[in-house]
Amino acid sequence: MNINITKYYYGDIPEEKGGGNTAKTESTANWPLWEVFIRSKQGLDHKHVGSLHATDAAMAIENARDVYTRRMEGISIWVVESKYIHASSPDDAAAFYEPANDKVYRHPTFYDLPDELKHM
Amino acid sequence: MQTLINYTLYLADNALILAQRNAEWCGHGPILEQDIALTNISLDLLGQSRSFYQYAAQLINAEHPSAMPATEDSLAYLRDVFAFRNILMNELPNGDWGQTVLRQFFFSAYQFPLFERMKHSSDATLAAIAEKSLKEVTYHLRWSSEWVIRLGDGTEESHSRMEKALDELWTYTGEIFEPAPYEKAAVEAGFGVDATSLKDAWMERVSNILQEATLTVPAPRWMQTGGKEGKHSEHLGFVLAEMQFLQRAYPNATW
Repeated sequence: MNINITKYYYGDIPEEKGGGNTAKTESTANWPLWEVFIRSKQGLDHKHVGSLHATDAAMAIENARDVYTRRMEGISIWVVESKYIHASSPDDAAAFYEPANDKVYRHPTFYDLPDELKHM
Repeated sequence: MQTLINYTLYLADNALILAQRNAEWCGHGPILEQDIALTNISLDLLGQSRSFYQYAAQLINAEHPSAMPATEDSLAYLRDVFAFRNILMNELPNGDWGQTVLRQFFFSAYQFPLFERMKHSSDATLAAIAEKSLKEVTYHLRWSSEWVIRLGDGTEESHSRMEKALDELWTYTGEIFEPAPYEKAAVEAGFGVDATSLKDAWMERVSNILQEATLTVPAPRWMQTGGKEGKHSEHLGFVLAEMQFLQRAYPNATW
């Protein structure tokens, strides 16, 4: 028997599977998925910490507060619906990243710096 | 001193019993995120009750020195139904999710103005606990208000469930503003907050949220009372049985 497994990446999830505005059933499984980004300190970047389900952005932020900042992990939260994140495919890894492996000249290490420069 | 002890225990019992009720949802919430949200609220309330019990224990031990001094644990685990002063609303069974969030909303809408005033209490410890708790309550109020609006103004089914919950709980809201003798004494002594004076603020907030939730504020009706003075419904016994079983079966058991 052939079993067809469809692999979805973020952003490629079809509307009917991804939930969101199309969800009409009562099942909570159809609450859309949101990605959560938390900034741990003033001056640092928001970092991706995980995902969660929520019906709208306000609820997603509160859920993120309840799920991801219980132990003082953050001072600011961003959420974005997972379907709006488009990701590169792992299958493209070879073509995307490996060609950079042997191009050391792209690193700025071939300049002779005067001794007076301290903080480069 | 006895007034301060009674008043502090009233504040503690309210928080503890609602914490215990909310904790029943742990692992049973409608969705993981909300399960955690309500459990957080439960833990916040438990934390508030601990602060009040610790203070009450300290006062009791100063007033009645004993070979077995009171502790926060003995106050929570070793008192019987009649000694608890929590309002009846907090001991009611959870009902469905709608009824649970509506009760949380009613209680938070009471705690919010209560702690806002208590921040300025002449008793420094009560004032400090109120100030710390107020931040938690602000979030509880926001969270529960949004759920009341979401469900009331949601589907036909969620609306009718909220109407039912409102009808079920309304009878128990009057007790909040009926001061018990120790509350009146606490106001006279200067450290307590006059419960009757909170009613307008509570009613205004509740009316606004209910209106936004397309729900109707029930007409004035006869209100249940008694919890504040230890006259409880049959439900509190079951709450305590579950909560206190371990300490009573295995005294002084610890983790």
